[in-house]
Amino acid sequence: MPSTKLHRIRWILLFVLTIIVLFRPPVKVFAHEISGFAAGEARLFPNEALFSGQNEQSASFALQPEYYHEFESGSSFTFVPFLRVDSGDQERTHFDIRELTYLWLQEDYELRVGVRKVFWGTTEILHLVDIINQNDQVENIDTEDKLGQPMINVSFFRDWGTLDIFMMPFFRERTFQGVGGRLRGATPIDDDRVQYESSAEEWHNDWAMRYSHTFGDLDIGLSQFIGTNREPTLLDGTDSNGNAIKIPRYEQIKQTSVDASYVVGEWLWKLESLYRTGQGNDDYFAWTGGFEYTFTGIFDSSMDFGVVGEWMYDTREERATNAFENDIATGLRLAVNDAASTEALFGWVQDLDTSARFLFLEASRRFGDNWLLTAELRAFIHQPMEDLFFDLRDDEIMQIELAYYF
Amino acid sequence: MKFIITLFTSLLLFAGLAFAETPEEKGLAIAKEDDKRDNGFEDFTANLVMLLKNRQGEESARNIRNKTLEVEGDGDKSISIFDRPRDVKGTALLNFTHKVGTDDQWLFLPALKRVKRISSANKSGSFMGSEFAYEDVTSQEVEKYSYKWIRDEDYEGQKCFVFERYPVYKNSGYTRQVVWLDQKDYKILKIEFYDRKNAQLKTLKQSKFKQYLDKYWFPEEMHMKNHQTGKSTLLTWTNYKFKNGLKDKDFNKNSLKRAR
Repeated sequence: MPSTKLHRIRWILLFVLTIIVLFRPPVKVFAHEISGFAAGEARLFPNEALFSGQNEQSASFALQPEYYHEFESGSSFTFVPFLRVDSGDQERTHFDIRELTYLWLQEDYELRVGVRKVFWGTTEILHLVDIINQNDQVENIDTEDKLGQPMINVSFFRDWGTLDIFMMPFFRERTFQGVGGRLRGATPIDDDRVQYESSAEEWHNDWAMRYSHTFGDLDIGLSQFIGTNREPTLLDGTDSNGNAIKIPRYEQIKQTSVDASYVVGEWLWKLESLYRTGQGNDDYFAWTGGFEYTFTGIFDSSMDFGVVGEWMYDTREERATNAFENDIATGLRLAVNDAASTEALFGWVQDLDTSARFLFLEASRRFGDNWLLTAELRAFIHQPMEDLFFDLRDDEIMQIELAYYF
Repeated sequence: MKFIITLFTSLLLFAGLAFAETPEEKGLAIAKEDDKRDNGFEDFTANLVMLLKNRQGEESARNIRNKTLEVEGDGDKSISIFDRPRDVKGTALLNFTHKVGTDDQWLFLPALKRVKRISSANKSGSFMGSEFAYEDVTSQEVEKYSYKWIRDEDYEGQKCFVFERYPVYKNSGYTRQVVWLDQKDYKILKIEFYDRKNAQLKTLKQSKFKQYLDKYWFPEEMHMKNHQTGKSTLLTWTNYKFKNGLKDKDFNKNSLKRAR
């Protein structure tokens, strides 16, 4: 409901302005610091849409300011709202609180209360073990955009490592493309009829614990998650007019995972692996791992060239709910190391069981001090009918974003 | 007789001290003295501006804040936090320098909230697109080079040791560096860098030295000129603060995540 969204935004802006006005003028470097970005984005889909209502192009605008205040004690407050307005997909027009956190800094522990984003993992192509935050899937399908997760997080630091405990009292539903949006399945998802395994629904208390430590060249993280699955099972249903729809159902799962990276000279080796129970009838293992190697100063220039190779596997194989169930990924990254920080990343993910492949190219360049131009190309090639990307087979996308950072 | 033997031994010893010191030993002795004079600062914080200039004279600035912790018996630990350009704001680099072997490095990427271990083996790579390589900006430890004293000479009116140092770590971009170190305060005034083909690659000039805590001489300006590309980088250090009571726990992956 856009009107309630706007109402909420107005209320939050008023709240933030009040805080800013009430506090005294800056006394130290990080008092009342405001930064963030505003971005315009154009998306072009060269292929005709497969499903009715979908658009061939769209324009959108995003705003993500960040307010940060650090107290003399080192404790701090952070607020990061996010807003996108999109011409092509009304579900992509959305507001979120990415961060609204108070951090209490203590001698040997830290307590964070509020909305946050937490990342776990080491690999580049598939973020397998990362589970704290829900995907903001309407933003981008690369799973790197996340919805803010309400939580209480306490971190303990000892000689033997870091222990994090997370209590998450409220669950965030995944965002899904609307009827007008590309990069969606054939059947629209009706998230008004969302179902939960737990009778507490989105108020189920989810818990997670993580131990992480560095042993010389080895960085390791062991995590346990117990709670609402971030990934819904999509059930078949019909809407009031008898049209087919998908209904997201969020189950209760347990996930045990490990993520590690190991430096050997110029090589960086990575592994992520998980065991998950409670999702559908399959208890399963999945892993992804590989290497990263960087050539410095290629062609007698200051350019760096990086190579990434990763393998992804899911023991559910063709029943996997993740498109990369047995795939090999190659990534090539060029960093020009010029004043404009020109960079390009090319990726190729190849299914090992079928001819399906997924290609992407991301490039960025800075203009002046504050402008960043980013271009992205994504292509889904030879998708067989049984592949999870089959419905995206004609959703090749060209995207250009111009962002102003302040 | 006893007196003569003593005199003779003393003379021999004196001669040994005066003449047996090879240029290599003298170079090492200078480096050790320099290191000793820099010891004991405990920790410091400082702001730095990197001004990148290309051959056409176009400029681009990067603002970084630095925190450094002295580690007993090993290289320093440091965190560099980027403030400008604004799109990389919040990006931070944690570096553990080691006297022997490769450094440990982690990069914090604020958009993803991700801490990523990175290989520090490619020491010759450009630091943030500047003319400074990673090996130029990480802490300089005596053990990282072998040394050879070349001559004494006046440089900009100051009496200097001129010595060469040769990286002993792998993957350096240099065969050698020629260092001009002033004999009074042990300030590095100039370094010439020679690439893997032994051609002169860069010259670093350090100026506007200030003394801190009545002991440590730190330059406010470090100017690196690349002779092969015509590009240059001016590093300006300001707002040095020493003995802030920083501890080990301020330099780990967790503090990197909340570094601002």
